[in-house]
Amino acid sequence: MEPLLKVENLRIELTTRAGIAPVIDNLSFELGAGESISFVGESGCGKSMTALGIMGLLPEKVGRIASGSITFNGEELTTASEKRLRSIRGNDISMIFQEPMTSLNPVYTVGEQIAEVIRAHQGLSRKAAWAQAIELLDAVRIPNAKGRVSDYPFQMSGGQRQRVMIAIALACEPKILIADEPTTALDVTVQAQIFDLLNEMKRQTGASIIMITHDMGAVAEMAERMIVMYAGRKAEEGPVQQIIEHPRHPYTKGLISCVPHIMSTISTERHPLTEVPGIVPGLMDFGKNRCLFASRCNKVTQKCADERPSEMAFDAGQQSACWYAQEV
Amino acid sequence: MTKEILLDVENLGVRFAVKRGGGWGKASYLYAVDDVSFEINRGETLAIVGESGSGKTTTALAVARLVDAYQGKVDLDGTDFLSLDDEELRLARAKMQFIFQDPYSSLNPRLRAEQIVREPLDSLGTMDEAEKKVIVDRLFGEVGLRPEQQRLFPHQFSGGQRQRIGIARALATQPDLIICDEPVSALDVAVQAQILNLLRKLQADLNLTYLFISHDLGVVQHMCDSIAVMYMGKIVEHGTRLDLFNNPLHPYTSALLSAVPSVDKARREATKRILIPGDPPDPVNLPAGCRFANRCPVATDICRSQEPALRDVKGGHKVACHLVGSDAVSPLPV
Repeated sequence: MEPLLKVENLRIELTTRAGIAPVIDNLSFELGAGESISFVGESGCGKSMTALGIMGLLPEKVGRIASGSITFNGEELTTASEKRLRSIRGNDISMIFQEPMTSLNPVYTVGEQIAEVIRAHQGLSRKAAWAQAIELLDAVRIPNAKGRVSDYPFQMSGGQRQRVMIAIALACEPKILIADEPTTALDVTVQAQIFDLLNEMKRQTGASIIMITHDMGAVAEMAERMIVMYAGRKAEEGPVQQIIEHPRHPYTKGLISCVPHIMSTISTERHPLTEVPGIVPGLMDFGKNRCLFASRCNKVTQKCADERPSEMAFDAGQQSACWYAQEV
Repeated sequence: MTKEILLDVENLGVRFAVKRGGGWGKASYLYAVDDVSFEINRGETLAIVGESGSGKTTTALAVARLVDAYQGKVDLDGTDFLSLDDEELRLARAKMQFIFQDPYSSLNPRLRAEQIVREPLDSLGTMDEAEKKVIVDRLFGEVGLRPEQQRLFPHQFSGGQRQRIGIARALATQPDLIICDEPVSALDVAVQAQILNLLRKLQADLNLTYLFISHDLGVVQHMCDSIAVMYMGKIVEHGTRLDLFNNPLHPYTSALLSAVPSVDKARREATKRILIPGDPPDPVNLPAGCRFANRCPVATDICRSQEPALRDVKGGHKVACHLVGSDAVSPLPV
């Protein structure tokens, strides 16, 4: 069966003062209908750029898709007209952003902002769109939706604002929902509510979810498959639990073990956390023909500095871009 | 080894006047920190956890006298902090230093790294230049920065390196207590591990005492010896690390712990997620009873009418909940 979304050899270039850098370098992946996938990695590894590339929302004049293809339901998006993209965004693919504080318009009520999307994409009347906005607020579990629909964003808490964002994103029942760090700015109990809501929505509408995060715990709760990004490249891909139990890339291994997780029993023993020394390389190093993680890796050899690793395949679709993946 | 209490905080209260309803009527207050008491032993770490608005940062600021407390006592190694005058406070602060959350805004962009680290020593005014130079050189080594980086400005460092500068600055006056206010929440996970390891190493080497403020329970679990959980300005539960994580008693603590996503499959399968609906009550018009009652899945009538006091239920494990009996069994197990 043809996947819902197929990204092949995608290369996204950013123009910076120092030159052109490939922030996404030869990325391929597929997303099936009703599947949820997570992108993981540190800041500056290209997670959000992937999302913006799919949405056709790369920063104008600075970012562009240099090569590769993105097909949604068999339709090529990289060459689609702006008009067609606008119709796909919202109707078929929609996105919720990290900052619920800044991604809502402060001078419109939340009802107007939800209704605007419905009217633009489905051509409903003002009245019908307003009624549907109330229904959506109710669906994202905002108490007293009828009263709150005329609230302005500042009258709501962070968690409520993120629910409004979800209501807007779900207004046209998209087939793919991209969530870019949807809970990073929120408290953990609120995060739990939002995750619960997203899972419920997924069950009801059968939408696919692409979630971008840096939190392995969140990945484990929310996704079936994960893609670990490093410096614009796919470091590892595969089923979530399999990767957590047996990562095949030193970077993935580092990401999992550098975080103090709460395990099923807390013991008195505490060991120092595994460190991944150093930081993500600068943009000007992106795209070099070598392993970009080499400078932070404790398994590095000359081969890593000489040539970019090719992907090695393991069971159940797990892939790792490391010369020594077998030994990790 | 006998335990020596380094910091003793009793009945600390911070309130902010809020204007409500207009006119010249009586002032109404928001009690950001309400009757908070705790102790920290020398060489140990107490973590205060809670969500935004719970009062954990205000508690830390009040302990350091960076905001004014209207009641209570802060005793650091025999010095009553809240009764010091300005000049005494300036000198006493040498023993209590602060590491801030945001390494981008907490360093003066116009000063070189060495000047930033030296500033507390300049302010003390008890050393000559040569002595200060020796200390600054040593501090750079201790926090893992290279000597040639002393001449650089903050913008030339990464986030993790900046936080190292902040730590070196906090260590300059050889403090007993360091208050760490979300020291790693602005950092990427890989860099977080570097800073957390550094903090633990420094604690072991220098016998430091930490008051550690965080919302990240994973980090807290790794760093602390004991934990106080705050909700709406009050401590609702207080106990050792093992007490709190293995036997949480307050329903809010249970909800908080159950909400943390985990990579551990066994924990995920064993944990029933406790969703707490709604939002905290209005902090200015607090409800009569327990502040958590309106969201608590097991609240009863007494919870809505009477405020529970924080009391010791089992060997130092304290909880403020009517429903926890003397058998120390949680009414809402995770």
